[in-house]
Amino acid sequence: MQMLSSTQSETVGRILTEFKDRPGPLLEVLHAIQAALGHVPPGAVGLVADALNLSRADVHGVITFYHHFRTTPPGKHTVQVCRAESCQAVGGEALAQHARVRLGIDFHERTADGKFSLDPVYCLGNCACSPAVMIDGQLHGRVSPQRLDALLAEADTEEHRR
Amino acid sequence: MTANAVRPADRAAATRATTVFVPGDAGALSLGAEAVCLAIGAQAARRGLDVRLVRNGSRGAYWLEPLVEVVSGQGRIAYGPVSAADVPGLFDAGWLEGGAHALRVGDVETLPWFASQQRLTFERVGRIDPLSVADYVAHGGYQGLRRALALSPQSVVEAVTRSGLRGRGGAAFPTGIKWQTVLDQQASQKYVTCNADEGDSGTFSDRMLMEGDPFSLIEGMTIAAVATGATRGYIYLRAEYPHAHRILTGAIAGARAARYLGADVMGSGKRFDLEVRLGAGAYICGEETSMLESLEGRRGEVRVRPPLPAVKGLFGCPTIVNNVITLSTVPAILRHGADVYAGYGMGKSRGTLPIQLAGNIKRGGLVERAFGLTLRELLYEYGGGSASGRPIRAVQIGGPLGAYVPAAQFDTLVDYEALAGIGAMLGHGGIVAFDDSVDMARMARYAMEFCALESCGKCTPCRIGSTRGVELVERILAGEDPQRHVAKLEELCEVMVQGSLCGLGGMAPFPVQSALRHFREDFLART
Ligand SMILES: Cc1cc2nc3c(=O)[nH]c(=O)nc-3n(C[C@H](O)[C@H](O)[C@H](O)COP(=O)(O)O)c2cc1C
Ligand code: SF4
Ligand code: FES
Ligand code: FES
Repeated sequence: MQMLSSTQSETVGRILTEFKDRPGPLLEVLHAIQAALGHVPPGAVGLVADALNLSRADVHGVITFYHHFRTTPPGKHTVQVCRAESCQAVGGEALAQHARVRLGIDFHERTADGKFSLDPVYCLGNCACSPAVMIDGQLHGRVSPQRLDALLAEADTEEHRR
Repeated sequence: MTANAVRPADRAAATRATTVFVPGDAGALSLGAEAVCLAIGAQAARRGLDVRLVRNGSRGAYWLEPLVEVVSGQGRIAYGPVSAADVPGLFDAGWLEGGAHALRVGDVETLPWFASQQRLTFERVGRIDPLSVADYVAHGGYQGLRRALALSPQSVVEAVTRSGLRGRGGAAFPTGIKWQTVLDQQASQKYVTCNADEGDSGTFSDRMLMEGDPFSLIEGMTIAAVATGATRGYIYLRAEYPHAHRILTGAIAGARAARYLGADVMGSGKRFDLEVRLGAGAYICGEETSMLESLEGRRGEVRVRPPLPAVKGLFGCPTIVNNVITLSTVPAILRHGADVYAGYGMGKSRGTLPIQLAGNIKRGGLVERAFGLTLRELLYEYGGGSASGRPIRAVQIGGPLGAYVPAAQFDTLVDYEALAGIGAMLGHGGIVAFDDSVDMARMARYAMEFCALESCGKCTPCRIGSTRGVELVERILAGEDPQRHVAKLEELCEVMVQGSLCGLGGMAPFPVQSALRHFREDFLART
């Protein structure tokens, strides 16, 4: 298992101090770690388990149960394409296929240059404007393949996105 | 909601400014509302015009978003769909005075689409600044809580029971009865939890409500607390809703600062406070016992019932679990009266339902109406038919576990019992339209895939059955002995329905069975 860097363990330590005495804190801790480090490094599991009086298996079990948590770093830009029914009804699957081809990766993968990761999502609550895509936390509606290309190009050039 | 939006405190200084509403709703933002807002600010500055920008919720007319409303001498005039590039032309047309322009919609509330709705739960959504306590109170907010605080807890519960309100999260269980169970428990700690996991495809009313009128949810939860003796609340919000998260967090802070939350709610001496906890992308966590496990920081594995959450819920304490829309409707019930609310609707479906039109539909969005209108009215009069212009072949109602309803049954009424009567369910009120290019065997495969992906793994019929279901539909899609594989698929569905512990495995077969019942040709005639 990869060891944490010293800044990473500091971050995890700070998060644990902040959350450990709250009721049922594990999900909150994992969210905070992922928000700070981009993912939940396997090397953090032991620290989290010790601080919260859980077994490593408990912590690992929670990380793997939830689709949201990733154990490897994401791309610089995260692309989520909705694959649920409302988006399927207006070309969502063709859009998903286009995203794969355009980025040259499958879902749950990251491009070799580390720029993009592609993930499926099952409804973004934007079903009146399907098909929907979320890029770096920004929601987009009625996304055609051409529009997706433009959004990806924009993400690639624009460095400071909210 | 953003840096240069003027808050009510600054209003006195800004009385001569023209108020312009630009939705901060995630759906409107997904169509460019932020760029529109920035363009309006920039153009106004360039022209030396005094404009007060307010980020409201969405009216729910998504085909018109970004829908900008200008408070002019002629009243509140809407323009849409507006792009940033349209903004200079709109100023040239004198839109701050309601001037004529190709995008001028007029007063939204006089559009037949809006005027024919019965907005009770969504009364304020799109009308107000969602983060302003003052705006909320000026539009009837906190009257329900005030009334609740003047009543005994038992009387509040009775009002909710008398209103006929049933859970809007899907199961349609009478809300008052659930609250009564929690009220009847002797316990030193009770909780109110709000299920804001909104995982169903085709649904977004929770999101719109939280983004457009978060105080109504906060007030509803506070009334639930007052009625049952709970002192702490949690909103379990799906991680896919970052916009709603920001707005809820801001609104909770605002309610606390104005003492609508905290140690002395509205000077009553009663304590109630709440916080938002984020989910992590698991559909099953919308199931209430799985949600409670997740709130406690564990894997979202479904709990065996009994005990009910109302008896032994969060951290082992009596707990209310209600959907966002259920809770946000309670203030209106207390304010207008239980009998007024119960006066809407039909049969055992009382009140109104915020219905969501999605998928292949021309005018997608939110329609709040009393129970009892037909699917056809929704799809054609409100929805305008399919977006593609082709015939609507099927609709899926109630999310990924809901049945597909064929066009021949579009005269069915929107009513819990009427839909159950045709083997469908209303669920959270989402309706997803598909035109005649849909392949129902593929939709059946998706239903099984989704169940396999989201199964919590606790019971075999769901965990193994769904994977087996995907394999069977694959065979059918490949044209391999379809008769035999369809028969096997039907048997499998029956096993899942009968043998699953919770609604995921128990209802995932519904879309499959309904597709087989109404669209059998899609399964048998594969080439
Ligand atoms: C698989 C599954 C998913 C569910 N997802 C949700 C959901 O996302 N939101 C929700 O409010 N209820 C959901 N429910 C229903 C809840 O279990 C529960 O009935 C509801 O939250 C109770 O609130 P209500 O009475 O106000 O509807 C789901 C149920 C099942 C079986
Ligand atoms: S039916 Fe599926 S989701 Fe529900 S308890 Fe069983 S395995 Fe878990
Ligand atoms: S189904 Fe794609 S946003 Fe809801
Ligand atoms: S109010 Fe902030 S950009 Fe419009």
